[in-house]
Amino acid sequence: MDIVTPGFTGRPRRDGPALPPGQYLEEGFPVMSAGPTPRVDIDRWRFTLTTETGVSKSWTWAELRALPAETITTDLHCVTQWSKLGTSWRGVPVETLLEGIDTAADYAMAGSYGGYTTNLPLADLVDGQAWIAYEFEGEPLPAQHGGPARLLVPHLYLWKSAKWVNSLRLMLTDEPGFWEQAGYHEYGDPWREQRYSGD
Amino acid sequence: MSRFAWRVGTLVASRPETATARTLVLDVPGWPGHLAGQRVDVRLTAADGYTARRSYSIASAPDGTTVELTVQRVADGEVSPYLTGTFAPGYPIGIRGPVGGWFVYSPERPEPVLLVAGGSGIVPLMAMLRAREAAGVRVPFRLVYSVRTPADVIYASELRRDRPGVDVALHFTREAPPEARRPPGRITPSRLAEVGWPPDFAPTVYVCGPNGFVEHVTTILVAQGHDPSRIRTERFGPSGP
Ligand SMILES: Cc1cc2nc3c(=O)[nH]c(=O)nc-3n(C[C@H](O)[C@H](O)[C@H](O)COP(=O)(O)OP(=O)(O)OC[C@H]3O[C@@H](n4cnc5c(N)ncnc54)[C@H](O)[C@@H]3O)c2cc1C
Repeated sequence: MDIVTPGFTGRPRRDGPALPPGQYLEEGFPVMSAGPTPRVDIDRWRFTLTTETGVSKSWTWAELRALPAETITTDLHCVTQWSKLGTSWRGVPVETLLEGIDTAADYAMAGSYGGYTTNLPLADLVDGQAWIAYEFEGEPLPAQHGGPARLLVPHLYLWKSAKWVNSLRLMLTDEPGFWEQAGYHEYGDPWREQRYSGD
Repeated sequence: MSRFAWRVGTLVASRPETATARTLVLDVPGWPGHLAGQRVDVRLTAADGYTARRSYSIASAPDGTTVELTVQRVADGEVSPYLTGTFAPGYPIGIRGPVGGWFVYSPERPEPVLLVAGGSGIVPLMAMLRAREAAGVRVPFRLVYSVRTPADVIYASELRRDRPGVDVALHFTREAPPEARRPPGRITPSRLAEVGWPPDFAPTVYVCGPNGFVEHVTTILVAQGHDPSRIRTERFGPSGP
C-alpha cells in the first residue's frame, strides 16, 4: 500500500550518512555478548513460538530454511556506541512465522540458546522490521555473531537482535528481558538514544 | 487480512473537541471491529515516500467500519498538527489494528470500574463509557479526568450528560473554573480517595495519560490498597512504549 497522504511533508530529512546521537562509525564487527558463545548443532536446532494462551508451534532447521527468505541491507547500532552501515543479511521475516497464529499479544519475549532473553513490542517484529537471520554478507552466520540464526531487528539497538535465538513467547503485558532487567531501556530506539531505563 | 496489515482509511468527517483537539471520523473498509480501549497505528506518507507512524486510541464504541480517533495537537509535533489541521475529508491515511489485548473493557464484566484520565488519555476511556452505554449495562463507573484548564476538557458536553451509574469528576491542574472548590494542582491521594472507589470494592482500574501522570496515579492507587493486578495502564509517553 503506497497511498500518499495529501499535504503531509513530515520533518526535514537528514542528508548524508547520519548516525544516531552518540554513535561512531565502525568498519569491523565487534562481538558483544553476555557470556560464552553457545555452539548449536543444526540437527538439533528448533525455533518455538508460544502464544499467550500456551499454544506453541516449532520449526526445525530444514523447515525454517524452506520458508521464503529475504535479503536485507541495513545499518546496525550497538548500545556500546558503534554503528556499522550497509550490512547485508538473509533470513525469514518474523511475520511469516506469525501467519495463522491467533494472538491478542502486544509484546514478545525472544529467548536464545544460552538463556539470553530480550523483550520487544510485537508491532516492532512485523511489517518488514524483523527477521530470523541465518546469513551475513552471503555466508552462513558465524556462531560468534549469533549463528546458526539470530533475531535481526535493526531499527532498535542490537541487544534486541537476540543472537542464537530459539524462541518467541507472545505476552499480553510487557516483561523485562536480560539486559532490560539490568537497567537497559525497555524499548531501545537508537535515534532517541534510549540506552538505559528512563532515557 | 491480518490485524497487522495496513489498510487505507478515509476521513469522512471531523469535529473540534477543544481549540487544540479534533475528533477524526474514519471509514476503514474491511475493519475487523474492536474492543473499547484498543488503539490503532496510523501511517502518513509524504510525496517523496517518507513515512511517519503514530499510535492513537480508538474513541468510538465498535460500529461497523467507522473508527473515530481524537487527536490532541502537540506543539511542534510532526504528525498531530497535520491530523488536526491539513487532514481533510476525503483524504486517505494508512491504518492498522486494532492493537492491544490488555487495556480493554468488555461490558460483560460485573465489577465496578474506575477510569482515571490525564489530558488526551481520556480517549480510550471515553470508548469504554460509550461501550458501556451501547451495551445497556448498569455496571457502576467513576471517571476522574485531570486536565490543565477548563478549556482543555475533551468531550465536555457528552461528559456533562447525566448517565445513571456514571460519576464524572473533573480535576484541574493549572487553572480551575470559578465554581471549583479547590485550587488547581496535581491530583492528590485524598482527592483520588474521594472521587474513586474504595479498594475493597475491588474495581478494575484503567489509567491513561502521559507517562508521568500514569506513574503518579498508579503509585497512589497501589499505596491506597488497590490490587496492582486490577490496575491497567496505557501510556501516551512521548518516549517509546
Ligand atoms: C498507545 C498510545 C495511544 C495514544 N493515543 C493517543 C490519542 O488517543 N490521542 C492523542 O492525541 N495522542 C495519542 N497518543 C500520542 C500520539 O501517538 C503521538 O505521540 C502524539 O500525537 C504526538 O505526535 P507528533 O508527531 O505530533 O509529535 P512528535 O513529532 O512525535 O513529538 C514532538 C515533540 O512533542 C513531544 N511529545 C510527543 N508526544 C507527546 C505527548 N503525547 N504529549 C506531550 N508531548 C509530546 C516530543 O517529545 C517532542 O518533543 C498515543 C500514544 C500511544 C503510545
